[in-house]
Amino acid sequence: MANFFNDNQDLKFHLHHPLMKKIVSLKEKDFEDKDKFDYAPVDFEDAMDSYEKTLEIIGEISADVVAPNAESVDHDGPQLINNEVVYARGTTENHEVLTKAGLVGMSLPRKYKGLNFPVVPYVMAAEIVSRADAGFANIWGLQDCAETIHEFASEELKNQYLPLFNDGATAAMVLTEPDAGSDLQAVQLKGQSITATYDQAKDTYYLNGVKRFITNGDADIALVLARSEDGTADARGLSLFLYDRKEGAVKIRRIENKLGIKGSPTCEMVFTNAPAKLIGDRKMGLIKYVMSLMNSARLGIGAQSAGLAEAAYREALKYAHERVQFGKAIITFPAVYELLRNMKVKTQAMRTLLYETARYVDMYKAYTFAAEDRKLDPEERAEMKKYQKLADVFTPLLKLFSSEYSNQIAYDAMQIHGGAGFMKDFPVERIFRDARITTIYEGTSQLQVVAAIRGVTTGVFLGRIKEFEEVKVKPELEYLRKMLMDLTVQFEETVNVVNAVNDAEFLDFHARRLVEMAGNIIMGYLMVLDTLKDEEFRNSAEIFIKKAKSDNSEKLEYIRNSELKDLGIFKY
Amino acid sequence: MKGLRIIVLAKQVPDTRNVGKDAMKADGTVNRAALEAIFNPEDLNALEQALRVKDKVDGSTITILTMGPGRAAEVIREGLYRGADNGFLLTDRKFAGSDTLATSYALSQAIRKIKDFDVIFAGRQAIDGDTAQVGPQVAEKLGIPQITYAEEVLDIKGKEIIVKRRLERGVEVVSVTTPVLITVHSSAADCRPRNAKLLMKYKHARTITERQDATEDYLNLYQTRPYLNIDEWSTADIVVEDEALGLSGSPTKVKKIENVVFKAKESKVLSPSDVEIDELMKELIENHTIG
Repeated sequence: MANFFNDNQDLKFHLHHPLMKKIVSLKEKDFEDKDKFDYAPVDFEDAMDSYEKTLEIIGEISADVVAPNAESVDHDGPQLINNEVVYARGTTENHEVLTKAGLVGMSLPRKYKGLNFPVVPYVMAAEIVSRADAGFANIWGLQDCAETIHEFASEELKNQYLPLFNDGATAAMVLTEPDAGSDLQAVQLKGQSITATYDQAKDTYYLNGVKRFITNGDADIALVLARSEDGTADARGLSLFLYDRKEGAVKIRRIENKLGIKGSPTCEMVFTNAPAKLIGDRKMGLIKYVMSLMNSARLGIGAQSAGLAEAAYREALKYAHERVQFGKAIITFPAVYELLRNMKVKTQAMRTLLYETARYVDMYKAYTFAAEDRKLDPEERAEMKKYQKLADVFTPLLKLFSSEYSNQIAYDAMQIHGGAGFMKDFPVERIFRDARITTIYEGTSQLQVVAAIRGVTTGVFLGRIKEFEEVKVKPELEYLRKMLMDLTVQFEETVNVVNAVNDAEFLDFHARRLVEMAGNIIMGYLMVLDTLKDEEFRNSAEIFIKKAKSDNSEKLEYIRNSELKDLGIFKY
Repeated sequence: MKGLRIIVLAKQVPDTRNVGKDAMKADGTVNRAALEAIFNPEDLNALEQALRVKDKVDGSTITILTMGPGRAAEVIREGLYRGADNGFLLTDRKFAGSDTLATSYALSQAIRKIKDFDVIFAGRQAIDGDTAQVGPQVAEKLGIPQITYAEEVLDIKGKEIIVKRRLERGVEVVSVTTPVLITVHSSAADCRPRNAKLLMKYKHARTITERQDATEDYLNLYQTRPYLNIDEWSTADIVVEDEALGLSGSPTKVKKIENVVFKAKESKVLSPSDVEIDELMKELIENHTIG
């Protein structure tokens, strides 16, 4: 039987990172659940074994159910019947099988019927499901919303809604409006408090307005961003609400006809006096809760991109072995094997960045939850802050690189298929279409740069790079470390060149180049560190770092030849 | 309605669906070491029917009964991961070499020892022997009715069970009163996946023999979590006549096993005309390829 976890040794490698010991111990609070829940782990090894065995279930379902359904789900898509969404047959089957396997609400604590999974194995599950069908992965991945409820909602809402996820409740994050895409401050949807007849604890709000481009909009549980404060026009007037589909006060007006991820319904929702419950505090909707939700969604796109890349690479590799031209399998031609190897290198590079970022998120979140029960000591508080800072800039860095790479890999995978790949006969055309959205939604690549440039300007990236530099490597890997150290000097020099101009627009203009230079060095180091543990990564690390060197040198060259007045010749 | 006590007969088999070159030994017997050991596919169909009955009738319990070497305990764990409640492994050197008659004798004796049951589900047949005899023989030995080739349990009303059978030329709906043995066909619903929580709960479940090889780390669990002990029965635990077991209890004698290699015969090209297709049809009917 095929298994998308067991057939990919890189996943096991990233799961068993040394930092997991600390993550698991924090997440399991020294295994306090072991006498309360029969499925809780008794020690670290037991927990890791449970993650692995659970990922095996996901790998099996992904290979045997989700992947075989992908073509028909893409073809049939969801339907709009009587203002409600009806999933494609395969989507319903995928969701039911995963629910029966207990794989919805995985990260929730056991008291809410969850598996209490850390971010790392959860993200790995998302990567595996995405490899099978990236469109379906959106529906399954929206269980992220449970985490937002868990983090910010009242105890009452948590008790009422969180256990529903394990029974298969679907979710949606309802943010975008016709005039409010990335600029969410422009959100208009009104939430009017009717506090007069209810006590404060059972406060009910009524939502009116239209939301657009909402993934899985007809979900059982919707988290809705709405303007609750009359007379405001900025982020501070927005609150986050929970809308329960059972209220029946939302109509789905249309399902968008998209280029890719066609199995995932993208909805236009009309709210008419829809009763909703406030999550957390008023006015914190966008500035706190949605920011947190977006960060986990961006990590999710990292996983989705890695899954898409893995799928594209495998399709191309298989085809290149099978396709014979000029009397030889096409993989024997340099032009083809170079393409393939670069696809693999990029997949491994984004994957190591994905799980590094996931560990940062795990560390600070585990500390945040630990702080609810006990006072953290100063050392722990410092560590929490450190990892939160890292997560804040690594998440957009990951989203940027992984989504762009997955598109490049899907493009090359189609190229290797030649004319056949352009036809619907091979899965690669679906992967190619599905990958396209990753650089666009949950913030475009251009917006990821706006967030990630802070990692450059505040020195967080450089600080982490310097820590990597300190790690002792084997003599035979010293040449790679040396190359990366040279690239770091070059990076600092480039930052100085840009800073010397001392102009905000000039920095914006070159921001992507700077962020990518830092990203290249960071992924280079991560691949060297991976090689320290497993020689399998050696060739990929070498190929990646050599490419990084030429790439970063080109960027420096471009920036050196650039002046503030040059911006004018680009202008509209 | 009172919960039903269900027994599922399951067998660990070599995965004959992926046979390589070394699948058979020189003496014509199956080389079990070369083939992955799996849960017999139709026994999984049977387990799913049992689980659906359990979902429908509150308070029902499912017991997995399997006979085989020590490692066959894996079949019981796989059952527990999907929703079974407990299991018995029937294992003894004296069972070795049992044909269907000896196997059904041992299983029926074990079922007599389990004693209380309403429904026994089994796969129609196992993919290693393809005999489809063990289920029916167990029913005969226990003196209870049997429904073979079942595709779906349609309804349960007290002691009455209504079952759809999948037959060569159609379907048949039959009604039966418990206790009953039902063999399930591969056209029945696929078995549900392993459930993550049940897997975490039962992954340390072991037979007493397996516990002897277990690492020290989890040994104390077997006291605090009694459901982790998988019962293991030998011939001594079930009342048996030794002559009815193993080779002596097995009248089936394998005379010879041959490797059959299908050879492609010469091909025939037809023009797309009604006359030629008509002639081909007649030829195929005459040589009994079809019809």
